Amino acid sequence: MTIGSPEEPKREVHIAFERVVKSYDGRTQVVKDLNLEILRGEFLTLLGPSGSGKTTCLMMLAGFEALTSGNITIDGRPVHDIAPHKRGIGMVFQHYALFPHLTVGRNLAFPLEVRGLGPSERNSRVRRALQLVRLEGLEKRKPANLSGGQQQRVAIARALVFEPEIVLMDEPLGALDRRLREEMQFEIRRIHQQLGVTMVYVTHDQQEAMVLSNRVAVFREGRIEQIAAPETLYEEPGGVFVSSFIGDNNVLYGEVREVRDNDICHVTIGQDRDVKAFAGEATRPGEPVWIAIRPERVGIATSDNQYSNQFDARVNDIVFMGDHLRLHVETCGIHNLVLKIPNIVGHGAVLPGDDIQIGWAALDCRALSIESKNSL
Amino acid sequence: MNRRRQGRRLLRRFIPVGLALPLVAFVLVTFVIPLATMVVQSVHDPEVADAFPRTLALLADWEDSALPSPDVYEAMAAELVLSRENRSIGKVATRVNRIESGTRSVFAKTARRLESADTSDMPASMIQIDRRWGDVSLWRAIVKAGQRYTARHYLQSIDLERGLDGEIQLVSEERRIYKTLYLRTVYVSFAVTVSCFLIGYPIAFAITSVSDSLAKILLVIVLVPFWTSLLVRTTSWLVLLQNQGVINDILVWIGLVDDGSRLALVHNMTGTLIAMTHVLLPFMILPLYAVMRSIPPVYMRAAASLGANPFQAFARVYFPQSLPGVSAGCLLVFILSLGYYITPALVGGAKGQLISNMIAYHIQTSLNWGLAAAISVVVLVGVFVCYFLFDRWVGIDKLKLG
Ligand SMILES: Nc1ncnc2c1ncn2[C@@H]1O[C@H](COP(=O)(O)OP(=O)(O)O)[C@@H](O)[C@H]1O
Ligand SMILES: [Mg+2]
Repeated sequence: MTIGSPEEPKREVHIAFERVVKSYDGRTQVVKDLNLEILRGEFLTLLGPSGSGKTTCLMMLAGFEALTSGNITIDGRPVHDIAPHKRGIGMVFQHYALFPHLTVGRNLAFPLEVRGLGPSERNSRVRRALQLVRLEGLEKRKPANLSGGQQQRVAIARALVFEPEIVLMDEPLGALDRRLREEMQFEIRRIHQQLGVTMVYVTHDQQEAMVLSNRVAVFREGRIEQIAAPETLYEEPGGVFVSSFIGDNNVLYGEVREVRDNDICHVTIGQDRDVKAFAGEATRPGEPVWIAIRPERVGIATSDNQYSNQFDARVNDIVFMGDHLRLHVETCGIHNLVLKIPNIVGHGAVLPGDDIQIGWAALDCRALSIESKNSL
Repeated sequence: MNRRRQGRRLLRRFIPVGLALPLVAFVLVTFVIPLATMVVQSVHDPEVADAFPRTLALLADWEDSALPSPDVYEAMAAELVLSRENRSIGKVATRVNRIESGTRSVFAKTARRLESADTSDMPASMIQIDRRWGDVSLWRAIVKAGQRYTARHYLQSIDLERGLDGEIQLVSEERRIYKTLYLRTVYVSFAVTVSCFLIGYPIAFAITSVSDSLAKILLVIVLVPFWTSLLVRTTSWLVLLQNQGVINDILVWIGLVDDGSRLALVHNMTGTLIAMTHVLLPFMILPLYAVMRSIPPVYMRAAASLGANPFQAFARVYFPQSLPGVSAGCLLVFILSLGYYITPALVGGAKGQLISNMIAYHIQTSLNWGLAAAISVVVLVGVFVCYFLFDRWVGIDKLKLG
């Protein structure tokens, strides 16, 4: 198996949430009627804003929180009466939770000791786990004497050393700086591919979710808004929430004028501007919709009728971002439409205050229903 | 200009020192000075030396196998009269009596009668007044008591004495009381520490695991004993534990013990143990609670996720992390027990007295302050030894009191 070519997960359900409800106080439901199937060997990420119930789901799966109603099954067997220490689920906690009074070696040996493994078997497994996370030779150190990244690796090694079939990680990279975080993302990806365990990963960072996952479940207020592969979420968001949570999006308000049978609809925005968009959820004339356009799909027109949607615009601001530029423009009565322009020779032609023409292809923008449950 | 700046710099340097002055003064007045006085008391015993300077000078090269020469008797007589006049004779008599018991009356009687005695043959007159002036052992006692600086009290405080030939030896069997008391004190302190730990640990653990509002109530219950008078608390144990007390009544009532064989729970070691455990329990619970509260619950979850059952998680993860609190609580309770006084005095009876009760006895009743001071210093040294052993084994920086 080579790095960078994710193996297609086997289509076999490993973990299932069935109509799971969780309420801590008996009044507000933190998790609402949740259904979720996780495939064997899959890397599934629970993505969503803070407080949307991701950790709660993980805790219920690990056995640290009771379900208010519903069922969680592993390999088809309900787990509600299995104590946490008997579930055999590896877990990486947000702040690592390495035992401070034990050395790295003893931390890693802990799950093996409580399982009654002999010293030689323990030592070889600990050594292999440290190799896996590239931390050979640190057995004797105390966790306090490790850097954040090293502690993170130890925590991952500890969750894997007893060879669980399921590994849960709750925002494991949250405390690391950006560079280290990116490095660790690829490490986790590599480890997952190497071991083929079923991984349930929690993050609020959409970038991280994209890099790591086979599938991403987007959480919002205790519900799954959409569950799909990262590319699908990005290209075909199931609603405005997902479309603006995954990557940047310009969202314009409009009203459907006409739907063509080739999945293109005409939407009136502002006073009388006509935008052609991929129909998506919009089905009937007169319906109010959101139109979502990715900033990198909007371009500066160099000639008339270059784009199927093309408008006059005034440049308000230009922000230099290194590999690209962000243009904030005013168009069609919208005060702030964002364009992402690659940083290539010739960009200096545009200055703030200039009047330009911008545009985008009809298939690059989607009409999203306002009245569906997926509305903002 | 320059000088002003210098002055200001000087001032700034001394402000922190100045702020610490009240503390320094407080520690000096309440701790260092009494402690120093105590140490001096235990070795400095000037009463007899001040009262009989001439006699003692003459006795300096006395062969203590025979009676002293007549001029010693004459000097003694003169100084006895003098010390009767300046009223120091009582103290002197007490000092000598401690060394040679039964000699207290000799001095006052002799001084009184010497006024009307025949001074031509002083040895004879004095021996006539009291036979013991013809006894070598009285003179030996005077010489011994006449030492201005003495290790006597320290020797006595550990059941030793200087024999006739000056050799240090154990005192006779029936006078060896201090060793028993030290051992009993250490034993009781140890037992109290262990029972405080056994009772306090689960309580502290419970307080950390319940909800905040309940924890507050439990903490108040732990602290209530602190807010009531020690005397009241201790005497209430009398009410509970005595022969006709609440506990015995209940035991008889439920038929666990016979009315004729009620348990002796008080005025003995049991009483001391029970009451001291109760009094010192907060000193165990509070440091334990402070440390336990700082142990994040996520460690127990981590242990469970790694396959440890609740007992393993507790023994391997929680307990080791609570050790700083355990050692702090145990050290505190043990050291406080070593010097505990009121509780054993009230509920201990004869068999439940500890070393500090002996110190109190020598201060209040026998008025042998030198000995009381020596015993205190021995206890203090014991406390320091505990402290340093603790530092050696556990590390004092690991101590967390809250
Ligand atoms: N132990 C708890 N007791 C009460 N409420 C909780 C508890 N844990 C989480 N919550 C609440 O449940 C909601 C979801 O929390 P959580 O699952 O931690 O979300 P996320 O991990 O997505 O940030 C939040 O509103 C949070 O306040
Ligand atoms: Mg969370």
